[in-house]
Amino acid sequence: MESAVRLRAAVTLLGRFPALAGVDLDIIPGEIVLFKGPNGAGKTTLLRLCAGLCSLSTGQGWVLGHDLNSERRMVRRRVALLGHRTGLYDDLTVIENVSFWAQAAGASSTDVDEAMERLSLTGRLADTRVARLSAGQRRRASIASLVVRRPELWLLDEPHAGLDQQTRDTVDTLVRGAAAAGATVVLASHELERIAVLEPRVVSVVGGVVRADDDPTDSESPDPSSEAEDDRRVS
Amino acid sequence: MFRDVWLIAGKDLRIEMRSRVGLNQIVPFAVTVLVLFAFALDTDQEALRTYAPGLFWVTVLLAALLAIGRSFAVDLADGAADRLLLSGIDPIAVFGGKAAAIAVQLVVLEVLLGAGVVLLFDVTVHRYGLLVCAGLAAAAGVATAGTLYGALVAGLGVRETLLPVLLLPVVAPVLIGATRAFQDAFGVAGAEGWAWLGLLAGFAAIYGVFGALSYGALLEEA
Repeated sequence: MESAVRLRAAVTLLGRFPALAGVDLDIIPGEIVLFKGPNGAGKTTLLRLCAGLCSLSTGQGWVLGHDLNSERRMVRRRVALLGHRTGLYDDLTVIENVSFWAQAAGASSTDVDEAMERLSLTGRLADTRVARLSAGQRRRASIASLVVRRPELWLLDEPHAGLDQQTRDTVDTLVRGAAAAGATVVLASHELERIAVLEPRVVSVVGGVVRADDDPTDSESPDPSSEAEDDRRVS
Repeated sequence: MFRDVWLIAGKDLRIEMRSRVGLNQIVPFAVTVLVLFAFALDTDQEALRTYAPGLFWVTVLLAALLAIGRSFAVDLADGAADRLLLSGIDPIAVFGGKAAAIAVQLVVLEVLLGAGVVLLFDVTVHRYGLLVCAGLAAAAGVATAGTLYGALVAGLGVRETLLPVLLLPVVAPVLIGATRAFQDAFGVAGAEGWAWLGLLAGFAAIYGVFGALSYGALLEEA
C-alpha cells in the first residue's frame, strides 16, 4: 500500500537552524497519528512539511504519492492544515470566510451549509464578522473552512486549543469520521490524554528527529536538547 | 482561471469596503497631500495649474503605497497567506485578482483626487478621452508592479519601509507618462498625450505578464 506520508532522511532548515534533522517516517492512509514532543521539537515544521509549505533542504519525501521536492502544489490541493493562526479574514463574516475558502477549493454551497452546521456556526453567528468572535469561535470557523475542502490528509496543530468541551467533542467526531472515510489525520498536541481517546499511533518528535512510541499518555519529560534549540532559535 | 481572479478580487474589495480603511485613511491622506501642495504653491496660481498633473500623480503614487501594503497585510494578519497557497488557486489568478482589486481602488482614488485638483488647482479638462484612458492605464501599471513588489517584500519584517524604496523607482515611468498625458488632457503643455498613453499601456502589459509568470515563485519565498 502506498504511504500517505513517506519521509526519508528529511532535513528542513529554517534559516541555518535544522528544524528537522533527518526524519524517517511512514504514515499509512486512514491512520490517525499523533506527533508529541516538547516545544521547539519540530512538530509544527513537520506538519508544514507534510502540507507542502516547507521545503526539504536535503532528503526525500512523498505525500499522497506526490514528491515534496517537485510536486508541492499537487500536495497542497489535497491536504488541510489547521495551524496556530486561523487563516480567516477579520473583516469578513463567518459565512463569507467559509464560502470563500469553499469556492477556492471548488466546493459547493451545500458543502458550506453542512460544514457550518457541523461546527454549530448557524444563525446570527454565521453573519458575524470574524473580528468580533471569541478565540474559540474563530477556531471553529477555521475548522469549518477546512472541512469544506474534504481533504485526504488532515494536519491539525493543537486542534483542541481554545475550544469548549462540546466543540472538542465535535473535533474528535470529525477526526474519527475523516479517518473512517479513508482520510489520514496527523495531529500535534500537548493534550495527550485528550488525544488518547482517538487511539492514535504516537510518534515522538525530539530535537528535529522522530522516534516511535506506543503510549500516547506518556508524560513528556523535559528535553534538554530541545530547550537548547529554543534558546538557539531565540538568539 | 477568470473565476478565481474574480474570487480573489471580490474578496479583497469586499474587505476594503467593509473595513473602510481606504475611505477613512487612504483617501484623507491623499487629499491632505494635495491640499499641502496647494498651500505650498498657492501664491502662484499659474504654477499650480502647470504642475497639477505631476502633483496629482505623486499623490496617487504615495496613496498607492498604502493600498498595496494593505492588500498584503490582510492576507498576512492571521495566516490567510498560507491558506491561499494551500487553496489550489493558480498563483496567476491570485496575482490577477490582487492587481485588479488594487487597480479598482486606484481608479476610485483618481476620480476623487481629480475632482480635488479641478477645485483646488483651478484646472480645466480639454481631452476627457485621454484623461480617462491615461488614468486607467496608469492604475493598471501601478497595480501590476505594486502587486509584484508587494509579494516580493510580503514575508519580510521591514516590508512597510522597503516597499516604497523598491517600488517608487520602478513606477517612475508611470509618473512621467501619466503626467505628460494629463498635461495634454489639461491643456497645460504641448505634450503628445496619446504617445505617452502608449508607454503607460506598455508598462502595464509588461508588468502584467512578468508578474503573472513570476508570482508563483514569489509566493513560495514569501
